[in-house]
This record gives sequence, structure tokens and C-alpha cells, in this order.
Amino acid sequence: MTWEAVIGLETHVELSTESKMFCGCPARFDAEPNTNICPVCLGLPGALPVPNRGAINRIMQIGLALNCSVTRRPVFHRKNYFYADLPKNYQISQFDLPVCVDGYLEVGGDDPVRIGIERVHQEEDTGKSTHRGGDGRISAAEYSLLDFNRSGVPLVEIVTRPDIRSAAQARAYAQELRLLVEALRVSDARLEEGSIRFDANVSVRPGPEAPLGTKVEIKNMNSFRSLERAVSYEIERQTARLSTGQGIVMETRHWDEEAGVTRGGRIKEGSSDYRYFPDPDLVPMELDHDWEARMAALLPELPSVRRARYEEMGVDAAQAAVLVGAEAGLAQLFEDATQAGADPAQAANWATGEVVATLRKAGVPSVGESSLAGPSLAELLGMIRQGALSGTAAREVLAGVIAGEGSPAEVAASRDLLQISDTGLLESVVDELIAANPDEFARLKDGERKLVGFFVGQVMRHTRGKADPKLAGSLITERAGF
Amino acid sequence: MAFNTIAGAARALRDGRVTSVGLAEQVLERTSMVEAQLHAYLTLDTDGLMAAAARADEDLAAGKDLGPLHGIPIAVKDNMTTRGMETTAGSRILSGYVPPYDATAVERLRDAGALIAGKTNLDEFAMGSSTENSAFGPTRNPWNTDRVPGGSSGGSAAAVAAGMALGGLGSDTGGSIRQPASLCGVVGAKPTYGAVSRYGLIAFASSLDQIGPIAHRVEDAALLLDAIGGHDPLDSTSYPGEIEPSGARLDGGLDGIRVGVARRLGGADAVEPDVEAAFDRTLAAMERAGAVTLDVDLTSTEQGLSAYYLIAPAECSANLARFDGVRYGLRVDGATTEQMMSRSRADGFGPEVTRRVLLGTFALSAGYHEAFYGQAQKVRTLIREDFARAYRQCDVLVSPTSATTAFPLGDRTEDPLSMYVSDVFTIPSNLAGHPAISVPIGLDRHDLPIGFQVMAPALEEAVMFQVAAGVESLAGFDTTVPFDPACGLRGGVR
Ligand SMILES: [Zn+2]
Repeated sequence: MTWEAVIGLETHVELSTESKMFCGCPARFDAEPNTNICPVCLGLPGALPVPNRGAINRIMQIGLALNCSVTRRPVFHRKNYFYADLPKNYQISQFDLPVCVDGYLEVGGDDPVRIGIERVHQEEDTGKSTHRGGDGRISAAEYSLLDFNRSGVPLVEIVTRPDIRSAAQARAYAQELRLLVEALRVSDARLEEGSIRFDANVSVRPGPEAPLGTKVEIKNMNSFRSLERAVSYEIERQTARLSTGQGIVMETRHWDEEAGVTRGGRIKEGSSDYRYFPDPDLVPMELDHDWEARMAALLPELPSVRRARYEEMGVDAAQAAVLVGAEAGLAQLFEDATQAGADPAQAANWATGEVVATLRKAGVPSVGESSLAGPSLAELLGMIRQGALSGTAAREVLAGVIAGEGSPAEVAASRDLLQISDTGLLESVVDELIAANPDEFARLKDGERKLVGFFVGQVMRHTRGKADPKLAGSLITERAGF
Repeated sequence: MAFNTIAGAARALRDGRVTSVGLAEQVLERTSMVEAQLHAYLTLDTDGLMAAAARADEDLAAGKDLGPLHGIPIAVKDNMTTRGMETTAGSRILSGYVPPYDATAVERLRDAGALIAGKTNLDEFAMGSSTENSAFGPTRNPWNTDRVPGGSSGGSAAAVAAGMALGGLGSDTGGSIRQPASLCGVVGAKPTYGAVSRYGLIAFASSLDQIGPIAHRVEDAALLLDAIGGHDPLDSTSYPGEIEPSGARLDGGLDGIRVGVARRLGGADAVEPDVEAAFDRTLAAMERAGAVTLDVDLTSTEQGLSAYYLIAPAECSANLARFDGVRYGLRVDGATTEQMMSRSRADGFGPEVTRRVLLGTFALSAGYHEAFYGQAQKVRTLIREDFARAYRQCDVLVSPTSATTAFPLGDRTEDPLSMYVSDVFTIPSNLAGHPAISVPIGLDRHDLPIGFQVMAPALEEAVMFQVAAGVESLAGFDTTVPFDPACGLRGGVR
């Protein structure tokens, strides 16, 4: 029997708005605990929420970028559950009328798959609990500390349809979604800091025609790698159970990164009853066509479109993906270099290869923090094309430019790296070396061709690497009479 | 000479016949004489009141006149937050809680120069119709201390009636301003939903709650309402447009006013004969003054009480979830966080609040949501439509405010349903979001006040106050509570 995995992802994205979702507090939660708080986000008696239009703008942009349609009159609902770091003991969220519905995201390079987006809805984040004593978990803690700086920070939840069929696809979707969110500049979108978080719903069934199996929700995946590993582990676990006639329990399981397994926890009895009802403190918003059009006009070039454009420029598909997927500064470098006349294929090759490697070696975290700019890269590549720099010399010049020593021409000059491409100059060097090594030259003339390399090496040593090796080689073979 | 109207005191302040300090002293002196019998205040801010009164006098002398409320002592129901002053909502769970901010209505009172005398008693979280559900003991009716003052704003109504403040703020979710105003023989108005900001009002049922004024005169109520009303960016449900001032047409009279008579509003039966007779007398007087009366059909309002007792508890079940012992208020320790929360709530909430939270939680739960909460919302829509139909034929609707006058303490506490029925005439306006006002029109055979309710379409406060002022002048009712300085207020048994 061929088992098929059915996967859906729920993604929480923390929006990078100035202020929180329903009050004027700064939406920064890295400050001293409980400093960015007010009666509203603390849930003090009598306080009322007022929606942040900036957050609504951002969620509309996310929805539009995901090909969703915008709900004209979306409604905020109260989602009721008790938790110590949820100040009102209900979360303002959305239920049957989310801001955006029915979209898709295309993932997977050459053979793209459309992952359906069911809904994109707005909600508020909770505070943060820190448990003290015991093993750090709430059950054994002596006491807990609460920080409400994060309480009320705007969150967007993006829910896919169960269209994902493998762990690799889940990872591809997650990565593409993060790129999209990053391109929209609506969130810091940092996994390590939790500003983008993924939960996976995984079930397995005996073939594509079979009804859906019992699904398990997996949480606590802090990187794309752990997402892929966790989903993959869960598919194997469920397949193994089902193959041996064991059942699947509907539950929430946590990914244990170190052990590489998912662990069961809370058992879900049906779906929890959150007693949703429309929040009477908030009136339905009117997201009219004008508002939607304003948001659509703000959309930047999306990652998929940008990749296609790079490929059309002649960039290799894999390198195009790297450029779009890497930190924003790298793609900008590429764009600026080609703007300044660099050949796109060569610029992409260098940007994704030498530039990244040199930055890493120099310990510079991003292109933006180095002295390397697009025009400099274009200049460097031009010097290579003109034969003024050898590959080795060019790498050294790049290091010099990144270190802030000046333009490529200045670095090449000051480090004495310009290539000798003057035929007359090289001819005299070659003749000198032939005279100094008569035996070797005789053997070369007799047909021992590998000695060309010996002579080129001698030329290079003699010129301290500055000779154009190609030119030197052709001069030697010419002298040998080939 | 004692002042019990705001407009009168305001004139006297400017004529130099009295000072704000003098008004504050008058109020405090009266309070010292009757508060032991009434228990209208939960917090009396004697020092704050005197200091603010002195400042008000200085300002006025210096030519800084903040308007008709300048220097006037006002009592505020204890479910509105007051910065630095304990605010309990009549609940043990908030005992000792001091808010860091003023409710918008309170802030606007202060901006208008009013003095906050203190915080008044109420049914816990405004849930009740007699003020007997307060965790801090009941308030009594100044007309007869064996009787309830009504509720839930019973503290404000009793304080104003007994002269312990010149005006008061209450909140009205299903009649909580109008019914106690009626039972205490004063004027009480619930504005259009959204006319007064709810920011800082400790929520009971957010889609129904409104803050409103309680005073001796219709004119005074209008002054208070116009001071606290208007758009507030902190309340998303606050009405963003301009509303005609409530007091704009007080002298308009009743000539030509089309009055819809809703004698059986809300399916009311068992209206006390004295109440019915006073109501009819007032109607007849209104006709003589030129008003045109007609009977209106508001059959859908018969479902109002049932719908109300699903919607209000549903909303309150979520609104009161925040009282969990975690961040403020009462905390009863437990072995786990959940146990701490449930113990704090169990000890902190009284039986009526617990009953409504449970009722609301049930009405919203899966499988029952549509049958209860969903159905109640549909009834609400029907009621709005019924009102809209009625208002095509008339300018205002009228009814008794309460089917009975003040009832004895303990009379309805054993049977929650009998208490719920107290609000049958008042609930429909909350469900529709329309303004309504209670005006005292006379006394029954036990010398207990009778109220007359005037209702108007949304945002038509000016017309409503115009008619209310007309009714007030026709009734000629003296709102002064019988008070003997030697033996205080009257008890029914005496
Ligand atoms: Zn805040």
C-alpha cells in the first residue's frame, strides 16, 4: 500500500507595526518587561480596543500577495480561553469573516505546486510567561513571571488548505512564505525570534482517494530544517502505526529538536470550544475597493516574479533562487551591478559565490554592512573581462574592496595585482626563461607538451602571478613551433 | 437654603449666593445624616471633594468658568474607573482595586468643572435591579428605607434623591439607570448606544451598556449628558458624528408631538393600579397640552426579556473572564494556575454574577450557540424593525418605567426571575440601542415614586428631553425626599 501524507500549515506572522493591534503602545517586546503596556493591552477593567489601521493595511497586502480575495466587512470575534498570559482571557481574533480568503502560493521551482490558502486572519498576540523553579515547565514551577510587552502585538495567521504532500514541500512552502512576507516588509519574519512561527497539521491515508486520516498538530519547530524533520518524522510515525493496524490519536505533539522526535501532550477532545462570538467592542470594518486598490498598488515585486525576471536576464535558476532567497542586500548588489553594466550571469555567479564566501571569511554579516556596492562589482567584473585581472587576483581585489581599501582599480594598483597582458613585455620574459632552461625547452620541442605548464609556471613565478597565463601559454607554444 | 438642582445651584454660584465649598458642605452634611441609613456610597471622597470645591471657587473668582457643572458635586457609579480612587463594581473580586486612569465620562465631568463626591453602590457588575447584589451590602430607598432603591444604579439614584450629590452618573444595560430613577423619584436617562463613551466603564454587556445621567430635573440630566457625551476615539462603538445637544429643545412643549403609547411594552402585565393610573393621568395631561397619542404595536418586544437574558450573559461571560486573580483584584491561592483562577473567581463573584456567567457560557457553547445566542440576535433585529415601524407614526414612545414602585428588600432575591421581570419596560430600548428617560410623575398610595418613560429613535435625545421636560412640568412632582432632621428618613413600618 502507498501511504499518502496530507499536510496543512498554520503560520503566525508578527507584524512590524509601530504600535500594537488595539492600543497605542509600541509593538516592541524586546524592551524591559512590562514597560510597553497600558490599560488596553493589560486587560484592565473598563479598557476598550481600537483597531490599528496600519495592521489592517499589512494583512491586506499579505492576502493580496497570496492571491486572496478581500472580505468587504470582516469581523473581529472573541476567542475565549483561560490562560495566565492572555490578559482578557479571550483573544480578539477572527472567525467566519477573516480579512482575506481563498488564495494560493506557488512553490517548488521547475515543477511548481499550488498550495491553497484557506484564510488570512488578524489577531492579537499574548503576553509571555516565564516559569521559575522546577524544570522550567509550568507544571513543576514554583512561580511564574508575566511580561505583557508582547500582549496585543498584531499577528496574522495564514492557514493553508491540506494541499501539502511531503515534508520537503512543507519546507518549500514555509520558505517561500517567509520570502514573501520579507519582500512585503510587513514583518521582521525571523524564525529564531519567533516573529514567524509554523504549526503543522499532519495526517496519513492509504492513497489519494481515501478519506482523510486523523490529524495531529505539531508545534515548536524553530527552523525550516526542524519543520521538515518534524513533519517527516511524524509521517513515518503515523505510517508505521497505521501499517501495523494501530490508530492515530488526535492530539498536539511537540517537536523535540535534540531527540529528533515529536512527543505527545495535550489530547484534543474534538476541537476545543472557544465559544467564538463577534466582539461587541468593535464595529465591522469596511474594506472597500478603494482601500484594496491602495494596498494592491503598494505591493512590491514578489519573489516568484523576481526569480523569473532574473532567469530571463540569463541567470542560472539555482542562482536566481539564491539571490531572491538570501538577505535583501545581495539581490540589490546584483541589481545594481547589472544596472552598472555587468553581465547578469557573471554578476549572479560572483554575487552568490565569491561575494558570499568573502563576506563570510571577513566576518561581515551582510552586503549592506560592507563597502561593496553594485558599481564596484561591475568594475571588478569588467577588469576580469578585459584581462586586467586574473581570477586569483580578482578574488584578492574583492577582499580588498570589502575591507574598504578603495575601488577595484585602486586596490589592484595598490596591491600590485594588475595582470601583464602586454605581449611585448611577456615575450621578453618567455625568451629569458627559454634561455635559462635549454634542456626543458628541447624536450618541449621534441613533443613533451606537458612542459608548457612548467614554462607557464615559471612565467607566473617570475611575474609574481601578474602575467596573463593564457597569453604566456600561447607565446611558449608559438616558440616551440606547435 | 439647600440646593438640589444643578441649574439652580449653577445660577446661585454665579450670583454669589453660594460657593462651591458651600455646596460641597451641604452635600457632606446631608450625607453624614442619612448615609448610615442608606448606604448609597461605597467611597466618599470628603477630602478630595473639599479640595476640588475650593479650587473651583478660586477658578470662578478668577474668571475661569467651565460651564454649568463648574463646582457641582456629582456622584459616580462605582463601575466607572476613577484615577487613584478605588473602583470595585460592587464586587469582592475588585475590592481594593485602584485604577490608573479615569473613564472618559469621568474625565469629561472633571473637564466641565464638576466635583467627584464619591463612588456609589450598585448590584455587582451592574447585574441586578435592586442593588441588593452588591458585595458590600444593599442600598436603601430614601423615600422608604425598607424598600429597595432599584438597580443596578441604586446608589447613584438614592444619593441624588437624598441630596448626597446634585447629580449622578449611572450605567444602563437593561434599565439600570431608569428603573432606580423611577423607584427613587428622580430623572434618569439612557442615551443612544454610542452617544457616551464606554471607555472606563467596567463592561457588563458591551453591546447594551450605556452611561447616563441621574438628576432631580430633566434640565439637569441634559446638562450632565451634554457634558459627558460626544465622540471618543478610545471607544470604537462611540458615535462619530455630531448629535444635537440634549437640552436644545427643553422649552419646546408638547403641542403637536405624536406620542406612541406602549402600555404593554415588553409584554408587561401586572402593572400596579397606582402606576397605571398615574400613567393615564399623565397621558391625559399630555393630550390637553396638545400632544397626539396613539396606541402602537410592539409585539416583538415580548421576546425582549428572553433575548436580553441570553445576549447580556453571553457578553458578560467573556467580559468578566479577565477577573482571574492574575493581574489585579482578589487572588485566592491554589496548587496550579487554573486552581488559583477558579478559586479567585469562586470567592470573588457573588451568586447572581456566577449565575449569569454560567448562563452566558452555556449560551455560547458549541451546539447551543445558534439556538440561544444566534436566536437572541435575531429577536434583537426584529425589535429594531418593530421600533422603526412605530417611529414612522410617532415622535416618541411612552410607557411606565417600572410595573411597580419600590419593593421591599428581600422581596425578589429568592426568585431571580421575579427580579428579571423588573426590567421588562426598559430592556427593549437597550436592545434597540435607542435613548430612553424616566421622569417622576407622582407617588403611589404608599408614598413611593412612580416613573414615566419616554423613548425616542436613535440620536433623537433633543426630542426625548423636550417631551420629558413637558411631562415633568405637567406632573409638577416635588422630588424632595421627606426628611426629618430629628429622626432622618422614613421607614415603611413606622
Ligand atoms: Zn497597550
